Amino acid sequence: MTRDEITSGLAEILEEVAGVNPDDVAEGKSFTDDLDVDSLSMVEVVVAAEEKFGVKIPDNEVQNLKTVGDAVSYIEAQS
Amino acid sequence: MSRPDVVVTGLGATTPLGGDVASTWDAMLAGRSGVSALTQEWAEQLPVRIAAQLAVEPSEVLDRVRLRRLDRSEAIALIAAQQAWADAGLTDSGIDSERLAVSVGSGIGGATTLLAQDDILEASGPRRVSPHTIPMLMPNGPAAWVGLELGAKAGVHTVASACATGAEAIALGLDIIRAGRADVVVAGGTEAVIHPLPIAGFSSMRAMSTRNDEPERASRPWDTGRDGFVLGEGAGVVVLERADHAAARGARVYARLAGAGITSDAYDIVQPHAEGEGAIRAIAKAIADADVAKRDIVHVNAHATSTPVGDMLEIGALHKALGDHPVLAATKSMTGHLLGAAGALESIATILAIRDGVVPPTINLDDPEPGLTLEVAAHKARHMEIPAALNNAFGFGGHNVALVFTRP
Repeated sequence: MTRDEITSGLAEILEEVAGVNPDDVAEGKSFTDDLDVDSLSMVEVVVAAEEKFGVKIPDNEVQNLKTVGDAVSYIEAQS
Repeated sequence: MSRPDVVVTGLGATTPLGGDVASTWDAMLAGRSGVSALTQEWAEQLPVRIAAQLAVEPSEVLDRVRLRRLDRSEAIALIAAQQAWADAGLTDSGIDSERLAVSVGSGIGGATTLLAQDDILEASGPRRVSPHTIPMLMPNGPAAWVGLELGAKAGVHTVASACATGAEAIALGLDIIRAGRADVVVAGGTEAVIHPLPIAGFSSMRAMSTRNDEPERASRPWDTGRDGFVLGEGAGVVVLERADHAAARGARVYARLAGAGITSDAYDIVQPHAEGEGAIRAIAKAIADADVAKRDIVHVNAHATSTPVGDMLEIGALHKALGDHPVLAATKSMTGHLLGAAGALESIATILAIRDGVVPPTINLDDPEPGLTLEVAAHKARHMEIPAALNNAFGFGGHNVALVFTRP
């Protein structure tokens, strides 16, 4: 899976869970500061991403995933 | 210091009769029933397969992402509160948020969230349980969301007294303003538990009508053929305001909330007191608190749920505490029983009865109980001057609440 494919997969999840416009989702964007994803919605994003990409994202990793790019890198490395 | 007058300046509701107050009131005056058959698959095995479901789904009003984190009872409380807020002319009014409080309760709370998430827990494990579960099922959720939406900083309160909740929440709002803790209180009740478990629970108590083949005729307070209440869902919210605060901003005033009476039976967890002692005291207290002449209270929106015992006990209580002159309405004949929202929706009906000079009809009263000694506007609305009116609400647990509204 390419980084672009992971990004668009995350965009789908973000739209479903938090109503984020997919056009706003890019690797440089911060989940909390740029995309307004609050902590509860972030939990939903993580669980949905685990399911979609077949990876495990432990809770202690989530705090390191500040931007979409961080998440893409983590998922890319795991899958 | 003299006690401040409290008035009602805004109304909001979403009910089985309509998605707002105007459509609900029109349907009430027309004598329309909001009860219908439950066609969902889950209802097939239930002894009760009728209910009064919302006329307008919350998804038609609130966006999808917002609804993901709201229990249905929270969503409709929010919708009713938004309506009441706008109706009161408070949108962008810049009123002092530290003088704005919320008092919104529910009889049962986020039960459908609890049950749905338990299904997920059983089927998929704990990690799949929504992180929104707790704020969706907590009993203070509806009040908290309303407070968040309106920016209320003088306190957000949750009353829970089963089917008296909506009325008690309004009574608490009155107390808050009288005590000087807020200028404006957004108050009411909400309920949304049309789900097999609550229905099965009420059914096991033999509290619900099983007139499954005639949904619109199932809720029939004071009729000899009544066999229990019909479960309804909805929310009702009023804006209470200190009278001088309302006057200073030139607000339109629907009515005055003149007084409230609250008592508890200390008798039985679900049965009302055999002589209606607690109800009598609640009505008497409300009248005394309102300082209104009994003869001016010419209309009562009764609790009257269509249960064999409760309906007639209330008649006895009204006879003793108020007299035989008022004309009654049992609007639950049309809306079903909204449990924790009932007292709020029926307060709204009481307020509009005063404003419009009309007692809404009580439908299905085809064969009145011989003991029904008070007049009821059966089948058709009755136009008459209403200087003051009473709303009763009673709840499992022995809660009795009576509210007196008058013309402004």
